Amino acid sequence: MPKLTIDGSEVEIEAGTSVLQACESIGIEIPRFCYHERLSVAGNCRMCLVEMERSPKPIASCAMPVADGMVIHTNTETVRRARQGVMEFLLINHPLDCPICDQGGECDLQDQAMAYGSDSSRYNENKRAVRDKYMGPLIKTIMTRCIHCTRCVRFATEVAGVQDLGLLGRGESAEISTYLEKTLASELSGNVIDLCPVGALTSKPYAFHARPWELVKTESIDVMDAVGSNIRVDARGNEVMRVLPRLNEDVNEEWISDKTRYACDGLRRQRLDRPYLRGADGKLAATGWDDAFAAIAGRLDGLEGSRIAAIAGDQCDAESMFALKGLMDGLGSPNLDCRQDGAALDAGGARCGWLFNSGFAGIEGADALLIVGANPRLEAAVVNARIRKRWLQGHFPVGLIGAQAELTYGYDYLGAGPQTLADIADGKHPFAKTLADAERPMLIIGMGALTRSDGAAVLAAARKIAEATGMVGDDWNGFNVLHTAAARVGGLDLGFVPGDGGRDVEAILDGAGKGEIEVVYLLAADEIDMSRLGSAFVIYQGHHGDAGAHRADVILPGAAYTEKSGTWVNSEGRTQRGLRATFPPGDAKEDWAIVRALSAVLDKTLPFDSLSALRARMQEAHKTLAALDERAPEAWGAFGTAGATLGDGPFRPAVGNFYMTCPISRASATMAECVTASAGAPEATGTDG
Amino acid sequence: MLADKDRIFTNLYGLHDWSLAGARSRGDWDGTKAILAKGRDGIIGEIKSSGLRGRGGAGFPTGLKWSFMPKESDGRPHFLLVNADEGEPGTCKDRDIIRHDPHKLLEGCLISGFAMGAETAYIYIRGEFHNEANRLEAAIQEARDAGLIGKDSCGSGWKFDIHVHRGAGAYICGEETALIESLEGKKGQPRLKPPFPAASGLYGCPSTVNNVESIAVVPDIMRRGASWFAGLGRENNTGTKLFCISGHVNKPCNVEEEMSTPLKELIDKHAGGVRGGWDNLLAVIPGGSSVACLPNTICNDILMDFDSLKDAQSGLGTAAVIVMDKSTDIVRAITRLAQFYKHESCGQCTPCREGTGWMWRVMERLCEGAANIEEIDMLDEVTRQVEGHTICALGDAAAWPIQGLIRHFRPELERRILDRRVSGPAVAAE
Repeated sequence: MPKLTIDGSEVEIEAGTSVLQACESIGIEIPRFCYHERLSVAGNCRMCLVEMERSPKPIASCAMPVADGMVIHTNTETVRRARQGVMEFLLINHPLDCPICDQGGECDLQDQAMAYGSDSSRYNENKRAVRDKYMGPLIKTIMTRCIHCTRCVRFATEVAGVQDLGLLGRGESAEISTYLEKTLASELSGNVIDLCPVGALTSKPYAFHARPWELVKTESIDVMDAVGSNIRVDARGNEVMRVLPRLNEDVNEEWISDKTRYACDGLRRQRLDRPYLRGADGKLAATGWDDAFAAIAGRLDGLEGSRIAAIAGDQCDAESMFALKGLMDGLGSPNLDCRQDGAALDAGGARCGWLFNSGFAGIEGADALLIVGANPRLEAAVVNARIRKRWLQGHFPVGLIGAQAELTYGYDYLGAGPQTLADIADGKHPFAKTLADAERPMLIIGMGALTRSDGAAVLAAARKIAEATGMVGDDWNGFNVLHTAAARVGGLDLGFVPGDGGRDVEAILDGAGKGEIEVVYLLAADEIDMSRLGSAFVIYQGHHGDAGAHRADVILPGAAYTEKSGTWVNSEGRTQRGLRATFPPGDAKEDWAIVRALSAVLDKTLPFDSLSALRARMQEAHKTLAALDERAPEAWGAFGTAGATLGDGPFRPAVGNFYMTCPISRASATMAECVTASAGAPEATGTDG
Repeated sequence: MLADKDRIFTNLYGLHDWSLAGARSRGDWDGTKAILAKGRDGIIGEIKSSGLRGRGGAGFPTGLKWSFMPKESDGRPHFLLVNADEGEPGTCKDRDIIRHDPHKLLEGCLISGFAMGAETAYIYIRGEFHNEANRLEAAIQEARDAGLIGKDSCGSGWKFDIHVHRGAGAYICGEETALIESLEGKKGQPRLKPPFPAASGLYGCPSTVNNVESIAVVPDIMRRGASWFAGLGRENNTGTKLFCISGHVNKPCNVEEEMSTPLKELIDKHAGGVRGGWDNLLAVIPGGSSVACLPNTICNDILMDFDSLKDAQSGLGTAAVIVMDKSTDIVRAITRLAQFYKHESCGQCTPCREGTGWMWRVMERLCEGAANIEEIDMLDEVTRQVEGHTICALGDAAAWPIQGLIRHFRPELERRILDRRVSGPAVAAE
């Protein structure tokens, strides 16, 4: 390892690291604008200049690899002057409109100007002004503020995999632009706002809404998909103002999808803020908790457990599912399911059968990938970026079975449906050899392949491929299920699935239609076909007036993900906990507490009366929920039903409309704008403009 | 003064046939096979001992540059890139080499390409050189047809081909790494170094970028021997050099002259002297627009070579001698250069993007005297904030002419400011 001297102290650091990283490693801060760990090195801002002995000029530390015997100085007069000079150049054409800039208070330029700049300007000429650009409904641009660091361009090109952004023109006339003034066609576009070190790219929906120092910051977990992105919820008073990513190398690195970031305005609309009861006139009327509970108690009175059913929704926290499962047990009902979409995941099989076993970070170690019935770009945008990252490194054959899509990386299109899968499983398809030849092959099976009548057979075929091509070994498990529902793995881990002789979702709906199921408890479940519930008495506990609430006979207002402290398990099987950022609106309560209160009314009192007591019981019963933020490799075991026959017909995409997949995103005005924008501008007619 | 027998570019003025037959009659392509037979190390050694320094402006020793190329290929091809993007204001030597002596360049490509293990050479030619590009293509075809380059170049067994690539007119594409980017089909923006092109250049392969003149003199050095070349000029500043003399002289010209010739002799002997006599000389920019100007006092006895001009805080650059007599508005002249650099800055890195515009605007005001005296110092400081802080040398090139102006013509700048204070703006007086 090269040994170098930085400011008099000797550092031994891995070859290939930059001088900047070496400085950081011993706690010396180097100012920078263009450099970013996750992007290629541009070296264009020149803020990170340091002095190197035997070099006539100061060097850009971000771009200079360490070498043995280097002597670096970061605190000399030359360095100070170089930084001050660069700072001055950056500011001469910067509008200095901090008081009206949304970046104010969290602006790299502001901070570094304070630390390294001078106190007054010597620039007496006119400042440059740059016309603002249209980049879609999410990104607001004030391009005069741009300092041309090209972080956004590099992010779009390298991470997001879209060629929409670029630097046009040259010299002083250089401008960042989408050129065609179009929406940035990426599900990760919002990240350029975080990357922008100045206020050139800011959040459009958040514009002029709050100042960073007014916000209370709470660490939480995203539930818009099953990635479990680590987020920070920024709230002012009881209102969520914005959602930002938190760093988690194993999960979301430091990116989040646009839905994660921007659907939060949906938390303010269509909220259920008090209990409702459907009256004799067939209309829902507001009521109190006691009356709502009484109505439920009345309906359940004397009802046999087999005639009661519960379905958990896609964003439920583990605590509320655990409580509801306890209640259903008390009522003697085995009819419960957390797989709203009917995914043929083998709840009775080994846990590895429903996990993303390699872990998201494992993608970077894989050397061949087969995607079955999934569109990772829409179903888990952040994971897709990780696949692209691996693909960019080369020697990574990717095969896709299912609907063709622009995934931001190259792939071989193998086929549309189960037949191709069978061919690979039987080793008849050339891609089977590709997988078998790979050292760490990987398979990603999505909900598009499992939410079919032959889903069990598809799962079995996928398992067969995994075993036949050596995906499962001592230190590698490349069998990966990519979920779309944040609550799914938690539900399966908790056993929120049919008990002995119990009904699954399909059978519950069937039974409700036939009158065999008389009471259905929907725990924030909105994605089922409500018309199939027949005349069943529907209890809807949730936070949004969506499909479930419309059908409900009793509405119990619950809490959205930002309004409760909850546990979620992501696709990888990583148990993570989100904290409460705001309180539920109006009379709404945290979901576990509602179930606990109802259980008392029903005289089936659950054995806990605090969240910590609930958690203690939950973690005792389900060990995987006890280890927070960890992902233990799951042993390969039996799952799936062998012998089932594969059907035909292509795998359908699990997510059609990326921007609207849950009650929150459906209630979001921003997401609605995104849908419109991504559909493209309507054709202009002669009378336009 | 250079003796005719020591002249390399014997058809510089196009008086003779440019084509292969003419070139052969002047001695080109003579014994090339034998030169190649000296082997890679032999050729590089010879060039090193000749003391040849790059003719594109920076004056880096050519043989040393070649020796940075990997000795053995690791599977990646090597490339020779010839920089014919002659954009430096005042410079027109490469143009005439290509016009009148293209075979010198081509033979040089073969020899130097062989010396660095490159089977392919790209000549990146300035887009405006339309006729010259055609001439070059025709000469390459002649060489191919005659078997001088191709599968078995000159019967040496070395496979070699030359391609011409036309630029689109950006000055920055003459910077070696921007040239590589442009050649790859990208926007011409300089790359960060390291990695240097010899490690990772065109398409990530080992590459060497050389100026046209540097390559074109190689065959003659090989034929006549390093000691002949090293015997011309001064130590460390050897050989002959093409000077492009323009501006206020009686007979502007390109001329091949011995290195280290006194500037006065160069102008008087070859360019017919300064318009109105030597005493009418105001200043000379000795090496193309990028170097600092020299006032007449220095011009009297300065030698035209790398080290002598460097000692005078200027540079030989491309050896484009721009002569200005006393009718010149020197401030306006340097302002025009500042505008040029502002226009040609690629915009990639901060000091150059922002600094060139700032410097030009202050210069514009200084032309009219619409500034404060203190702003002269400020401008000088700004040039030093740009200098050495940029990715490529364009920042330095923009800073040096202004530094030269302030260093040598500060009284003129101050006079304008004071005059304006007394008599008001020129426009108001009309």
